[in-house]
Amino acid sequence: MAKQKFDIIQSTCIPIQIDNCNTDLIIPARYLASTTRDPKFFGDAFMHDLRFDAEGNAVADFVMNKAEYSEEPKKGVHEIIIGGQNWGSGSSREHAAWAIAGYGVRVVISSSFADIHRNNLLNCFVLPVIVSKEFQQELFETVLANPQTEVKVDVPNQTVTNMATGHSESFEINGYKKYCLMNALDDIDFLLENKGKIEEYEHK
Amino acid sequence: MKTLFDKIWDAHVVQNVQDGPTQLYIDRLYCHEVTTPQAFDTLRDKNISVFRPEQVVAMPDHNTPSDQQERIDDPIGRKQVETLAKNCAEFGIRHFAMGTKDNGIIHVVGPEKALSLPGMTIVCGDSHTSTHGAVGAIAMGIGTSEVAQVLASQTILQSKPKTMRINIEGILPEGTTAKDVALYIMAQLTTSGATGYAVEYAGSTVRNMSMEGRLTLSNLSIEMGSRAGLIAPDETTFAYLKGREYAPKGEAWDKAVEEWKKLYSDDDAVFDKEVTYRAEDIAPRITYGTNPGAGIAIDECIPALEDIAEDERQQFLSMLEYMQFEPGQKLEGTPVDYCFLGACTNGRIEDFRAFASVVKGKKKAENVVAWLVPGSWLVRQQIIDEGIDKILEEAGFELRLPSCSSCLAMNPDKVPAGKLSISTSNRNFVGRQGPGARTILASPLVVAASAITGVVTDPRKL
Repeated sequence: MAKQKFDIIQSTCIPIQIDNCNTDLIIPARYLASTTRDPKFFGDAFMHDLRFDAEGNAVADFVMNKAEYSEEPKKGVHEIIIGGQNWGSGSSREHAAWAIAGYGVRVVISSSFADIHRNNLLNCFVLPVIVSKEFQQELFETVLANPQTEVKVDVPNQTVTNMATGHSESFEINGYKKYCLMNALDDIDFLLENKGKIEEYEHK
Repeated sequence: MKTLFDKIWDAHVVQNVQDGPTQLYIDRLYCHEVTTPQAFDTLRDKNISVFRPEQVVAMPDHNTPSDQQERIDDPIGRKQVETLAKNCAEFGIRHFAMGTKDNGIIHVVGPEKALSLPGMTIVCGDSHTSTHGAVGAIAMGIGTSEVAQVLASQTILQSKPKTMRINIEGILPEGTTAKDVALYIMAQLTTSGATGYAVEYAGSTVRNMSMEGRLTLSNLSIEMGSRAGLIAPDETTFAYLKGREYAPKGEAWDKAVEEWKKLYSDDDAVFDKEVTYRAEDIAPRITYGTNPGAGIAIDECIPALEDIAEDERQQFLSMLEYMQFEPGQKLEGTPVDYCFLGACTNGRIEDFRAFASVVKGKKKAENVVAWLVPGSWLVRQQIIDEGIDKILEEAGFELRLPSCSSCLAMNPDKVPAGKLSISTSNRNFVGRQGPGARTILASPLVVAASAITGVVTDPRKL
C-alpha cells in the first residue's frame, strides 16, 4: 500500500454506523484468493456486499451509495470514516485494511477497534483513531445532519476535532508509530536495522 | 508473581522500543496460502531472504476442496495455492502440500504434530491462531505486513496486551462440550469483551478438559476479541504431545517437560481482569444472530425485543431479519438445510467421536446436506482406524477430505443464499458460509442430532 506521510488531515467523512462491523463485511472472503497488491482491486471490494446486491447493482439506501457520501475520497473529501464500535472484528485478513486504503480512506474513527485489524490499519498507513462513545455519537449525528461537516485529525498534536461544533478530543498513539506515520516508514526497515539484537537474543 | 502470559512474553523480548512496542522473538510462524503471497512479494521488493526458514511451516487449507484434491477448479484459488508452493520452494520453507498426509488445517496440524509446544511464541496470518495457546503458548493472529516482518526478522513489533483470566469451575452437564463453554463465555462477555487482553483459561472445568476440548476453547478466544487464549500446560498436555512427530525425544523430552512445568500463573499473579463462571450454568448452545456472541441455550427462546438494551435494538433486529428469525422465537425444531462438522474449531478426532456417538444406528435426515470434514489427514486416518467412518457411512454420511471447507466461502463447500446451516465452525457472520447463507453455530453433538432429525435438535432429547 502506498506510504503517505501523515500530518494534518481535514476532510468530510463517510458515516458507517454499524457496530461489530467485521472484516468479512469489510471485504468478503471471495476477494481473498487474489495474490495481487493492486489497491484498486481491494478498494472496489470495500464493503462490497452492502454496496451491491447479488446482481451487482448499487444498493441505493446504503450510506456509501447515497449522493452525499458517494464521491470517491480525495484530499479533503471522504478521507475519514466514522465507524461503529468494535470496528474490524473477526478475521485477521489484512485485505480489509487494503480495501479501506485502496478505496482512498486515510483515517477510521471509532470508539473501539479489534486488535488485529487496528495493527493492520497502521501497517497500511491508515490511522485508527479511538474516541469516546459520546464523541463518536456526536460525530455520527453531525455528519448525518450535514454531510459537508469536516473533521480535523491532527497527528502531530494527537487531536481530533469536529469542525462543526469545535469539540475536540485527544487520541493515543505510541511515539514510535507516530514517528513512522509522519515519516512514512514501515516496521520491516526498523527490524532489519536491528538484526544484531535479534542474533544476540538467539545466542542467549 | 508473574502470569503465564508474562513468563512467556518476558522470555521472548528482544528489546522494548523507546516510547513504542516490544520487539518480540517468534519461535514459530505458520503460513497458509491466503495471507502470505503479498508478504513474500514484500521480501522480493526489498531483496531479502527469510531470516529463519527452519522455524516457518506452511500449508494450504482455505482453498482446498473437500470432495477431491487432484485439482482446484477455481483458477484464482488454484493460483493462490500454487503461489504458496512456489514461494516455499524459493525461500526454503517446509511445505505440507495439498493432498499429502502432512496436510490439513494449520490449527489442527500444528498441535497434532507437536510443531506447537508449551512456552513458544507462535504467529500466523489467521485470527484462529489463538488455538495453539491451548498447549501453553502465546499464539496470536497477525496481518500480512506482520507476516512479512516475521519472515524477514523472526521478530514482530507488538504492544503488550493486558491480561484476563477466565475461570470455569465444576463439572459440565450432560451433552455440554468445550464449544458450549466458549459460546457461553462469548454471550456473557460479548464479542469485544476481551479486546485488548490476552486470556488465560483456568479452573477445574478446564483442567478436566481433554486437549481437543482445550484447543476448541482457545480457538474461540478471538471471537471474544482476544488475540490469545492460553492454558497452562499440565499432564494432559504432556501426554498429548509425547511421541508426536516433532516433539522432543528421549532426554530432550524430559528436559523440556521440566521447563514446561514452570509455565503457570504464580499464585500471587495479578490479572488486569478476572471472571469466573460455573460449569453447571452451561448447557448445549446455539447462536441466533450474526455474531458469535448472539447465542442462547438450545432450549431457550431468542430474547424478546424488550430484553435488549435500547441502543442495541436496531442491530438485534437487523441480525434477525438476515437470519429470518423473530424476537422471542424458539429455534428448537426449526428445519435446517446444511450440517457442517469440521473447521479448526471442531475438526479433531474427539469431535468425530462425539458426532458418531449421536448418529450411530440412526439415519441422516433426507432434507439435510451434511459435510463431515476432518481437520487433517492424520485425523482422517484416525477416524478410519477407529472404524468411525463405518458408523458414519451406515448412518448415511460421507467422510470428506481435510480442508477449512464450509467454515468460510473460499472453496466449493458454500451454503447457498437463504439456506440455513447448523455448523461447528466459529463464525456466523453475514455471508460467512456463502453470500446470503444463514449460520447457526453449535457443538458437534448438536449438529449431529440436528443432522438426524433435520431440525435444530437438543442432543439430550434425541
